[in-house]
Amino acid sequence: MKVAITSTGNGPDNKIDTRFGRCSYFVIYDTESNSTEYIPNPTKESIEGAGPAAVEFVASKGVKKVISGEFGAKVKPIFDQLSIQLVVINDPEKSISDIISLLNQ
Amino acid sequence: MARPKRIRRVTNPPHYIGFKPIGDSENNHPIVMNYEEYQAIRLNDFELYSQLVASGIMGVSRPTYTRIYESARRKVAQAFVNGQPIVFEGGKVYFDSDWYKCNHCGCYFNHPEKNRNLTKCALCSSENIGQLINNQEGEIEDVCVCPWCGLESINTHGTPCHEETCPDCNCRMIHKANLNNSEETIIKKKQ
Repeated sequence: MKVAITSTGNGPDNKIDTRFGRCSYFVIYDTESNSTEYIPNPTKESIEGAGPAAVEFVASKGVKKVISGEFGAKVKPIFDQLSIQLVVINDPEKSISDIISLLNQ
Repeated sequence: MARPKRIRRVTNPPHYIGFKPIGDSENNHPIVMNYEEYQAIRLNDFELYSQLVASGIMGVSRPTYTRIYESARRKVAQAFVNGQPIVFEGGKVYFDSDWYKCNHCGCYFNHPEKNRNLTKCALCSSENIGQLINNQEGEIEDVCVCPWCGLESINTHGTPCHEETCPDCNCRMIHKANLNNSEETIIKKKQ
């Protein structure tokens, strides 16, 4: 299963990005092959509608679970329709490697 | 033209598509029950909420909720008496999933695949999870406007706007969605 995590940078030591639509990087982590991929967020600089565009981008990668600090009101119903699970982490100090090790428990 | 229906919030849609009477029945024409009607019966007769609370959960006014509930009960009665099947389909609704909290890692997560039971945390797979109740985000806009001066105030759920008066010009308030063109021009003329 593929999981998307919002990240502030493109390395495993970087911290989780607390925003979803305007995060810096998406980390696509595959739980089966244990592979990670860092993709810069193409919608980061958009003026309007960054959230729904980011949903489309993440869904096109075949992700089934998204981990971030917060999800906006526009984004939640779209994820519900696509039956993608949302996970909210309230701790902005958590790093990407911490989250991946939690996922593997 | 009638005002468009407000979209109803449904938190727990049924896990099955309908009901069928046992034994032979002559009338096999199914009764279509909307998701909002199912939700009304669930909130009122299963969760035992009052109609005022239940209407707040669904994001409609209290009288509208009563109309939905009435229609739902009539459909159930019709199906029971005539031995007709019931199918759940349609309705002006949006689905909002339930949210859970993990007591082990402290994260929050939702559960979009409602036909599967949830036992583990989505992040750390711990079984120490609890459901978040009364997570009323995305509240509907419920604003009363004065048709003369345009003063806006938040409507308290359960009391209609026309029972409130504007403190400045002492006239009856009106719901923002009902503010039609003629009244908008009144405000513009005033300005």
